[in-house]
Amino acid sequence: MKKNVYITDTNCVTPLGFDVVSNWDALLKGQSGIGLHEKLGMLESFYAAVIDSEQLDTAFSGISKDNHFTRLEKMLILALAPIIGQHKITNRTAFVFSTTKGNIRLLENENNPIEKAHLSALAKKISTFFGFVTEPIVVSNACVSGVLAIAVAKRMIQTGVYDNAFVLAGDEVSEFVLSGFNSFQAMSAMPCTPYDKERSGVTLGEATAAVYLTSDSDEVRQGDVKVVGDGAINDANHISGPSRTGEGLFRSIKSAFAESGLQTNVTDYISAHGTATLYNDEMEAIAFNRLGLQKVPVNSLKGYYGHTLGASGLLETVIAIESARKNQLIGSKGFSAMGVSQPIEVVAEKKAKEIKYFLKTASGFGGCNTAVLFEKVS
Amino acid sequence: MEALKQELKSKIIEVLNLEDIAVEDINDNDALFGDGLGLDSIDALELIVLLDKEYGIKLTDPKDGKAIFESIETMSKYIAANRTK
Amino acid sequence: MKANNYISNYCVIENNSVILNSGREFELQNGSFSEFAKAAYKNFNMEYPKFFKMDNLSKLAFLGSEIILKELVNQEENNNIALVFANRSSSLDTDVKYQNSIADKDNYFPSPAVFVYTLPNICIGEISIKYKLQSENAFFVFEEFNAGFITNYANLLLETNKAEKVLCGWVECYQENYKAVVYLVEKQGHTEHNEETVNTLYNK
Repeated sequence: MKKNVYITDTNCVTPLGFDVVSNWDALLKGQSGIGLHEKLGMLESFYAAVIDSEQLDTAFSGISKDNHFTRLEKMLILALAPIIGQHKITNRTAFVFSTTKGNIRLLENENNPIEKAHLSALAKKISTFFGFVTEPIVVSNACVSGVLAIAVAKRMIQTGVYDNAFVLAGDEVSEFVLSGFNSFQAMSAMPCTPYDKERSGVTLGEATAAVYLTSDSDEVRQGDVKVVGDGAINDANHISGPSRTGEGLFRSIKSAFAESGLQTNVTDYISAHGTATLYNDEMEAIAFNRLGLQKVPVNSLKGYYGHTLGASGLLETVIAIESARKNQLIGSKGFSAMGVSQPIEVVAEKKAKEIKYFLKTASGFGGCNTAVLFEKVS
Repeated sequence: MEALKQELKSKIIEVLNLEDIAVEDINDNDALFGDGLGLDSIDALELIVLLDKEYGIKLTDPKDGKAIFESIETMSKYIAANRTK
Repeated sequence: MKANNYISNYCVIENNSVILNSGREFELQNGSFSEFAKAAYKNFNMEYPKFFKMDNLSKLAFLGSEIILKELVNQEENNNIALVFANRSSSLDTDVKYQNSIADKDNYFPSPAVFVYTLPNICIGEISIKYKLQSENAFFVFEEFNAGFITNYANLLLETNKAEKVLCGWVECYQENYKAVVYLVEKQGHTEHNEETVNTLYNK
């Protein structure tokens, strides 16, 4: 019998606020973190969800007066600090860190030694700040990293090596990533509109998020969530385009349910990936239909936060947990007319809904997919 | 036009890393995508960059690429008519 | 956790040579990584033109995997072989190349074919595509080879039936410094799969 693993604490730092409460309030009001920004690289203007640096510095000074941290490091520390104080870090505490590009902006100055841009160096810096004693586990698996990091933490707790884990995820908007998505002709000229008929691509964003996982049921309170199943299965189709049949996502969700022993019809809510590219959203609709999940309320939070890359899966899980705690679905911002060929139940406006079981899914470059199934503890 | 076609073939081989394919192997009317040279969606994006970098042509709508990138014949015609460098 | 799994095959690539299950299969006396990779590709008759579109990290991971899998995997069948890969430098080798393409504002041509490789997990996507492996996959980054983590993770995938076999790989590649250690973990074999034996492979 495998150990039960729970998420008991969450936090996030986004353009909408530096804690879960402020984010939740902003989401309920329908506020978006996406704004129009001026010139970066060769882009004259672009839409993105960007954190205000001054507000970040002010908030960070409440934690540390040290100023040798990069902007991303401040965002990361700010996300993890509030939940770490409540727990004891031991040699059986894992630190799982999710990012795609980490401190990639350090490459902009060619005098910086390459080692500074190592993802493990970033993880080490955060780990040292908080006093973790185990080696950081860095998950860098494109856009599924944030939700895969939850699965990795839960799996490693189940191996018996760790009792608990802190999962931290973050990525920053940079010229590197903006120019890259632009070269892929994947950027939306307007704020992204997931699943909508008029959708035309991605809007990028930046955020950090953190959760605490434990196998100790004494730490679990009502409203916390149990990780009941997961799967992270590749499409084996193309390195930059999703499978037309949604095969990897289909199998990831099936794998999560197989582990849980539950049937898919228990699902109350899906927090999907919804990047607002033509192919991604269509692929998700196909996969959900193949699983008989087409009547389950589904939303994408990209209309509020943009695509925050390695942070997105964890950030969206944090918000989904909040939805479950409050039995309240958030409207899928940007959606007005159905834009996928298979019917799915996109949540157009916020609404009350009893939530016990919910899925978080993501898909990304390299053909990767991840699905994690959660159960609210009552 | 003949010189442009030859140049285009060798540039395509170079930027798309078409190992084991020589300029002589590509006929002017061969399909570049699908069964012909077997190029894919990333190659198509890379051809858009090639138009910009080598010939100063900016394709604003990637959908236009489909007709332009059909073959060396169509591509060279388009370049000859629209090049700015 | 009790491990009853075994390492059935392994491949080590470094210093312009390929070792498969303790036998030296191929070597190139002099040459850069690109030259070596091309020579190895030809030597093992890979016939997969997409190889030349890959970045160096993907070429390295692909070579190591191909040499092990080509004899073992029937692509017509559904193979539940998970891919668990890791390295130190993530995709920085290609990241630097991409950054250079956007450094000069007068010569600013970001390449989508380069950008797509600025994620380290692309290399496991390439292997998945070649062998149609619709299976568990994950890419990790560690400062140093982390035998303990990878061993535990692979064992868990096998024990929870999330995979029938696990192809593990350490694929470090930054400029001309590279090393690949790729090995297949399954329920049968000669070498027991544990942290110590995995470390021995790495240090061979």
